[in-house]
Amino acid sequence: MTDTALFTYCMRLADDSAILSQRLGEWCGHASHLEEDIALTNIALDLIGHARELYTYAGQIEGKGRDEDALCFHRVEREFNNLLLVEQPNDDFAYAIMRQFLFSAFMLPFWEAMMSSKDEQLAGLAAKAEKEATYHLRHSAEWVIRLGDGTEESHNRINNALEFLWMYTGEMFECDEVVSSLVAEEVAIDPMSIKHLWDETVNTVLVRANLERPTESWMQTGGRKGEHSEHLGHILSPMQYLQRSFPQAQW
Amino acid sequence: MYTQALNNPAVEAGVEDEEKLAAFQARIDREEKIEPNDWMPAAYRKTLVRQISQHAHSEVVGMLPEGNWVTRAPSLKRKAILLAKIQDEGGHGLYLYSAAETLGVSREELVDQLLSGKAKYSSIFNYPTLNWADVGAVGWLVDGAAIMNQIPLCRCSFGPYSRAMIRICKEESFHQRQGYDLLVAMMKGTAEQQEMVQDAVNRLWWPALMMFGPSDKDSKHSADSMKWKIKRFTNDELRQKFVDATVPQAKVLGISLPDPDLKLNEETGHWEHGEPDWDEFYNTIKGNGICNKQRMKDRIKAHEDGAWVREAAQAYAAKQAAKKSAA
Repeated sequence: MTDTALFTYCMRLADDSAILSQRLGEWCGHASHLEEDIALTNIALDLIGHARELYTYAGQIEGKGRDEDALCFHRVEREFNNLLLVEQPNDDFAYAIMRQFLFSAFMLPFWEAMMSSKDEQLAGLAAKAEKEATYHLRHSAEWVIRLGDGTEESHNRINNALEFLWMYTGEMFECDEVVSSLVAEEVAIDPMSIKHLWDETVNTVLVRANLERPTESWMQTGGRKGEHSEHLGHILSPMQYLQRSFPQAQW
Repeated sequence: MYTQALNNPAVEAGVEDEEKLAAFQARIDREEKIEPNDWMPAAYRKTLVRQISQHAHSEVVGMLPEGNWVTRAPSLKRKAILLAKIQDEGGHGLYLYSAAETLGVSREELVDQLLSGKAKYSSIFNYPTLNWADVGAVGWLVDGAAIMNQIPLCRCSFGPYSRAMIRICKEESFHQRQGYDLLVAMMKGTAEQQEMVQDAVNRLWWPALMMFGPSDKDSKHSADSMKWKIKRFTNDELRQKFVDATVPQAKVLGISLPDPDLKLNEETGHWEHGEPDWDEFYNTIKGNGICNKQRMKDRIKAHEDGAWVREAAQAYAAKQAAKKSAA
């Protein structure tokens, strides 16, 4: 049972990274200025790195010979277990930045805590990912502040993004049997144990950005069970097209 | 990537102080680097601004045809390689805009020149990337051609440009190897993959040869650039070097090159090749290539969509500065 739980846990984290990197990659060549183009794709690259390690590890745990690409490119929407937050579209730069900020504000304390996981592979990845998440959070938080405290237009845009994306933040703190069984073995962490850190980061940054934290409202859920927004299928279609069209090919 | 000899109109020479000119030329002849604060003839400055900015624009526009495949890369490893490569191109754009800025022109002015259609960029990026092998072929052929053009630029007389080129060339040669590696992997694969590679090379071979600019007999403006050691080889010399280096690589890859006139001259040791379709080249330069308008539309859209972001950053910086001075 532990192996099944660990496999699922790794796949969730891998899917978060893979889907968010795919979204960030959409900016390549299209960002507001060169420096930001490079920054967004740099975050995408870090996340692809995490996805590769996690899929590979998940494949080893599963023991059915599936490698990183088999797991990323040969599963359908309902088999993806990423957070709904990371699949939300790049409606504008404000959405991309707010999505990154809300996610990285969670991932930084998450990886910090995971550095003491009893699972050596995950602890090792956490040590590397923590450094990267520090940069992702700093970068996105600085932009949230700049946009919030910039012009009237930028304030409105980042505020719209915050209000829309807020309903997807509850999912990060969910703790089902998969997580709780691994928490008991000190392999995973209880996400609620870092909620206060996430709150602190979010509150501090929103204040500096002249943004009001949305009141607690209905939180969407489903990603961890493969119940997604309509966007996911459109992310997977281009992403998987070559692997699906030529299943025998090696690239 | 990269520079192209585009047959730009000659820069007006103007009247320069003869003594200063002679001293300047003597420095160039001694292979000294000219630095931004040194005296230089206006025509030298203008030629460099034009060449460096065209090069920068090419890097930035060149992100688009490769970016076309980012979301469709067929493996996580290939996606990471492609993203990193495009990121490098963006970085090259940044170094080059900075090098141009040392000559007294701002990045904003240069970007405006690109978006208004006043400035040129390499013709190669007006061709589409139609299958995944194009990503490899761009690395192998386009970056390969760029390297041939750019290695001599590492010795360019203008210090900031030559130093930027040293860094850029290191990355470009890495890109070329990655592109070749992608193609090798596909050639080891299925018949469909091999067809993709051949198709990509068939489409990109001639446009890659055109990257060196018009034939020497039609290239009018390299005399000053040669004298000033901005340019050290003619278009045809560089094209020949590229063909000589690339034909054996094509053989190793196991593909054919779409030139029936290609043959080894045993005496000279050079591969003789056919003439590129220069009408197509000039037509593309004029703006009628298959992707010219699309590329500009995409750049303009990114720039306009990003206007509010840049304005916000400036407004925020101004507020912070005001707070600081009030404190």
